[in-house]
Amino acid sequence: MSVNIASKPGRPRRAPWEEKPTPAGQFLKVLALAVVVLAVLIPMWSVLVTSLASRQTINEAGGMVFIPKEIDTAAYETILAGGTVTRALWVTTLVTVAGTAVSLTLTVLAAYGLSRPGSLGHRTVLFYFLLTFLIYPGLVPSYLVVTGMGLKDSLWSLVLPTAISVFNLVVIRAFFQNIPQELLDSARIDGAGEFRILLRLVLPLSKAVVAVVGLFYAVGYWNTWFNALLYIDSNDKFPIQRILQSMILLGQSPQFTGATGATLPPTESIKMAVVVVTVAPIVVVYPFVQRHFIKGVILGAIKG
Amino acid sequence: MSTSEITTVAAGSGEEPARPAAGPPRAARRKSRRRGRMPLRARLRRDWPLLLMTLPAGLLLLVFHYLPTIGNVVAFQDYNPYAGDSALEALLYSNWIGFGNFKTLFGDPAFWGALENTLTITAFQLVFFFPLPIALAILVNSVLSGKVRSFIQTVVYLPHFFSWVLVITFFVQMLGGAGLLSQELRQAGVTPPNIMSNPDTFIVLVTAEAVWKDAGWGMIVFLAALSTIDPNLYESAAVDGAGRWRRTWHITLPGLRPVIVLLLILRLGDALSVGFEQYLLQRDAVGRGAAEVLDTFVYHQSIATGNYGFGAAAGLFKAAVGLVLILAANRFAHMIGERGLISRS
Repeated sequence: MSVNIASKPGRPRRAPWEEKPTPAGQFLKVLALAVVVLAVLIPMWSVLVTSLASRQTINEAGGMVFIPKEIDTAAYETILAGGTVTRALWVTTLVTVAGTAVSLTLTVLAAYGLSRPGSLGHRTVLFYFLLTFLIYPGLVPSYLVVTGMGLKDSLWSLVLPTAISVFNLVVIRAFFQNIPQELLDSARIDGAGEFRILLRLVLPLSKAVVAVVGLFYAVGYWNTWFNALLYIDSNDKFPIQRILQSMILLGQSPQFTGATGATLPPTESIKMAVVVVTVAPIVVVYPFVQRHFIKGVILGAIKG
Repeated sequence: MSTSEITTVAAGSGEEPARPAAGPPRAARRKSRRRGRMPLRARLRRDWPLLLMTLPAGLLLLVFHYLPTIGNVVAFQDYNPYAGDSALEALLYSNWIGFGNFKTLFGDPAFWGALENTLTITAFQLVFFFPLPIALAILVNSVLSGKVRSFIQTVVYLPHFFSWVLVITFFVQMLGGAGLLSQELRQAGVTPPNIMSNPDTFIVLVTAEAVWKDAGWGMIVFLAALSTIDPNLYESAAVDGAGRWRRTWHITLPGLRPVIVLLLILRLGDALSVGFEQYLLQRDAVGRGAAEVLDTFVYHQSIATGNYGFGAAAGLFKAAVGLVLILAANRFAHMIGERGLISRS
């Protein structure tokens, strides 16, 4: 991703033919980039600080807190001690882990199965998969199929309908096709079967793309909201996004085990603590995968 | 191609005739390849594991993509979910009413309102959202320090991974009636403006939310395209006296052109979709006059009210127009000499 300027180690330098930037231009550039970065960071900062603020600090600030005065973890202790939010976190974790496992396995298998042009039925099967880009089934028939299969109010309704993303499949397939075929052929001559080649040879070479696509799937499951609105009726199966929506956007208060009324931490910090636990898994996992984005995604996007 | 020959030989069907090195015309070559293929049974014996691997994913798509696609026939029915014990039975016993649902749809002012909102938002975002990732990519690419560059990338990609519930939560907490901005303004003695539930400025709000969430992520494709531009071009242009802006205009933008065209086609083909969860979540706060788009119209007219046939008709209309749009946009791209989206390769 790095730009091909001076390849010398150390401080990157401006190419000799490049004119020096004007002070005004330089200032505007820094300003624009600072605005962009702060627009993302300020809301996250304020939410985090408010979730850790005491009642007094929140009252003084009048709601959202920007400057931290102390660290008070009472809100986290309350929401994680049991009740609606804790249960929703467990449900969402279960859906995310199981869903990502299913999606990733099936997508990798199909991508490998489609990675060899000239194999039997290759064009037909590939067409079958790619056609889904052009044909959009629509909300109503999808709803009728999912409920018709008896998946209503089952957590599988959050996994199976969205389990295969053909875009992800195309990305992985493009990566597989970039692996030198001679390597695979020599394994084949040695008598290795296709499953063995995939597991022992291809997958270890494709960690980057599998990590990126795994992140895409996991984030998708963690963020599941609308499908839960459609299919899940029981409160105890609600994922965290529905809890967040009902708290922040609809103003309902969740149930907590062991704490009531006056003993509860301030509403504002409880709300913001729920926001933080919803964001946290994404923020924690994402930096490890981010460096693979270009290699994994763009290659697939350009080739596909 | 060489690999398939190797496997052919390895599988023991060496009837491929040796071709002279001089390249024969394409059609002839294709023909010879077809003649040189191994018999079906041998190919099946060789390739069945590959086919088996595609089977589970293929089945899921069959059930959750192609089956609902066929299920669109309910658009031509007065669908009654209680006409049978299962969805399939209900479909068989419901009355066929031809284009009745479509007639009702086209006579419904709420539908035309939703269509108008959708197209207005698409047009607005083409102007105020689409160019931003390009500008941002050029800006970030001009940062010399690799560390600063990757820090900026890390930060601006992040909101792409947030759910719409989360994005709107952040906006409510910052700009809403009880948000950070309002309380600061109130303390300064200024009446805070109504940002989150004002139908008149809703189009600006949803665009701002979309920009916050996805402008950074949209940059990634352009950054990749920028890195493929030959730096020597810049040098020779500079030697010839082209300044910073001329180099951007005559080298950078033409270098980005294929990607820009491709994304523009995708966007135009998807003109009837502006997002769904974002609008559904805010529809109650803003009112449907401004926030009803085609997708939310379908949802509220079908599942929310039980009028499945009518909702399916609206959905089918949208899907059909979308298909036509994307094929037309692709054909147009081929006409102006771009690679386009669908190429036979």
